[in-house]
Amino acid sequence: MSVLIFIDIAEGKIKKASFEAANYGAAIAQQLGTFASAIVLGKSEDLSTLGNYGISKVYNLLNESIHHFDAQVFTKLIADANETIGANVFVFSNTTTGKSVAPRLSVRLKAGLVSGAVALPDTSNGFVVKKSVFSGKAFAHIAINTDKKIIALNPNSFSVIKTEGVAEVVVLNLEIPAAKIAVQSVNKIIGDVPLSEADIVVSGGRGLKGPENWGIVTDLAKLLGAATACSRPVSDIHWRPHHEHVGQTGLAIAPNLYIAIGISGAIQHLAGVNRSKTIVVINKDPEAPFFKAADYGIVGDAFEVVPKMIEAIKKLKESV
Amino acid sequence: MKILICISKTPDTTSKIAFTDNNSKFSTDGVQWIINPYDEWYALVRAIEIKEADPSTVLHLVHVGGVESDPIIRKAFSLGGDQGFRINSDIADSFFVAGQIAQVAIEGNYDLIFTGKETIDYNGSSIGGMIAEFLDIPFISHAVKFDMANGNAIVVREIDGGEEIDSAPFPLVVSCQKGMAEQRIPNMKGIMGSKSKPLNVVEPVDISPLTSVVSFDLPPAKVGVKLVSAEHPEELIRLLNEEAKAI
Ligand SMILES: Cc1cc2nc3c(=O)[nH]c(=O)nc-3n(C[C@H](O)[C@H](O)[C@H](O)COP(=O)(O)OP(=O)(O)OC[C@H]3O[C@@H](n4cnc5c(N)ncnc54)[C@H](O)[C@@H]3O)c2cc1C
Repeated sequence: MSVLIFIDIAEGKIKKASFEAANYGAAIAQQLGTFASAIVLGKSEDLSTLGNYGISKVYNLLNESIHHFDAQVFTKLIADANETIGANVFVFSNTTTGKSVAPRLSVRLKAGLVSGAVALPDTSNGFVVKKSVFSGKAFAHIAINTDKKIIALNPNSFSVIKTEGVAEVVVLNLEIPAAKIAVQSVNKIIGDVPLSEADIVVSGGRGLKGPENWGIVTDLAKLLGAATACSRPVSDIHWRPHHEHVGQTGLAIAPNLYIAIGISGAIQHLAGVNRSKTIVVINKDPEAPFFKAADYGIVGDAFEVVPKMIEAIKKLKESV
Repeated sequence: MKILICISKTPDTTSKIAFTDNNSKFSTDGVQWIINPYDEWYALVRAIEIKEADPSTVLHLVHVGGVESDPIIRKAFSLGGDQGFRINSDIADSFFVAGQIAQVAIEGNYDLIFTGKETIDYNGSSIGGMIAEFLDIPFISHAVKFDMANGNAIVVREIDGGEEIDSAPFPLVVSCQKGMAEQRIPNMKGIMGSKSKPLNVVEPVDISPLTSVVSFDLPPAKVGVKLVSAEHPEELIRLLNEEAKAI
C-alpha cells in the first residue's frame, strides 16, 4: 500500500501544479502511514528535488519516443509501472493532462476516481474526498469504495510545504506502446503562467469597452506576475482569446488573488472564480453584483483607478 | 461517418444551489433543466456541421437518465441528430455512466464519439476518457477545433498554457469546448421535426459504481466587501499587501 503521484513535465521542467500534487500525495501517505512515490514519463530536470515535497522515490521513464503526450499510452505505462510499484492511491493534478489520463486509469484499474478534489481525504470512516461541484458554487464529499483510488487535485487547492529531503530516482524499463495520436505542433500562447495555475489573475469585462483598452489589464498583470482572464462576452466578441474565458462555461480558477475590472459579476461568472482567496472588484456601478462576492472593491472608473493602482504597486516595489 | 454525441442534463446556470435529505441530495425544487452547455453548444453543433458538410453522416444522441429526461433529448433533436438512445437508469457515478454509454457505443460501431469537456454540475470531466478506455481507443480532450483530412481527425486541443494540434485515426473520442462551434437556436422546422425522431429506450447493463456521494455543502459566505475610495487606489494596494498579503 502506497501513494503514487503522476508528475507532469513540460520542456524538461516539472509543472507547478505537479509540485502541489506531490505535496498533497505525500500528505495522504502520511495520513495512511505509508510512503509516497512519483512517476515521471520523460526526461526532466533534477527529479531528486521532489524529496523536498515529501516524495521518497521517483520512477522515471526515459525514452525519446514519449516526449509527446497520448493519454492512452500514458495510462498503459502508469498501469504497467504499477505492477511493480504496487501503489493503491494515485494522485493527479486536475489539469488538461490529468483530466485525460485519470479517467482512463480509473477504468483500466477499476479504481474509483474523484476529480476536482480540493482537500485531503477524510479517512476516519472510509475514504471520502471533498470536491468542487456546480462550478465552484458547492462542494461534494465523495466516498471512493474501491481498493484502488484515484484523486485529481484542483490546482491551487493545497498549500505546499517544502521540507528537506532527497528522493531516490529509479529508472523504469517499460515497453512503450505505439501512440495513435500524432502531435503535429504545440503552440504556447499564454506565456509563463497558465491561467489554471496562476497565483494572481487580472480579469477584464465588457466595462473596458474594447480590445484596444486592454493595456491597463495586461500592464497590471505583468507588474504582478499575473495571468490574464476575461468574462464570457469579451471572448465571444473576440476582444480576447477563448482560453481566457473564466466562469461556469469557461475555466474555473482558484487563484490567491482575483482582480475583476469592469465585470458585473453575473452568477455564471462568479461560479468560475468564487474559490479565489481574495477578490478585488473595480466597477463604476456601486450596484454591481460582484461587490457582494468581493473582499475589496473600488467604485470608480477603471480607466482612472487602474493606472493609479499600477503607480502604487510600482512605488511599493521600489520601497522593498 | 457515424457519430455518437453524449448529452447530459444539468440545472440551468441560474438555478439556486441547495440540498435536501440531510445535505445528501441536490434540491431539484423549481430547477429548470437544460442540456449541458458544452454538450449542446460545442459537441452537438459541431457534429451537426459535419453532417451539413456531408449529408451521409449519421448522428446518434445518447443520454443516461429516466423518462423525465425525454424533453432534453427532444430539445437536442430540435437542433439536429437522427436518432437517440436513452439508457433508462438513474445516474450512479461517472464510471457507471461511461460504462453504459460504452455499451451503446460498442453496439453502434461509431467512428467518432463527442462529449462536452465537463458537465457544469458535477464538473467531473471524466466521461470521455472513461468511454475511450472502455473501448480501448484514443481520446483527445479539450478540443477547440475539429476537422478531418485524409481519413484522420485533425484536432486542436487546449493544453495547460497553450494549444496543440493532434492528428488521430478513427475511431476516436473527443471532448469539446468553446471554439468548436457557435451556439445555435432551434428553428420552427427543427422543433416540429424533433417530435418524430426515433428515441430508443435501452435498459442499462450491469455495472457497479466505484464511488458514492456522501454529502454536499456550500462555501462560506463572504463577510462583506471593504470599499476603498476611488481617489485613493494606493490604499487598496496597501491593504492587499499588508492585510490580505496577496501581493
Ligand atoms: C448559460 C450561460 C452561461 C454563461 N457562462 C458564463 C461564463 O462562464 N463566464 C462569464 O463571464 N459569463 C457567463 N455568462 C454570461 C453572464 O451571464 C454575463 O452576461 C457576463 O458574465 C457579463 O460579462 P461582463 O461582466 O463582462 O459584462 P457586463 O455584464 O456588461 O458588465 C460590465 C460591467 O462593467 C462596468 N463598467 C462599465 N464601464 C466601466 C468603467 N469605465 N469602469 C469600471 N467599470 C465599468 C459596468 O458597471 C458593468 O458592471 C453565461 C450566461 C449564460 C446564460
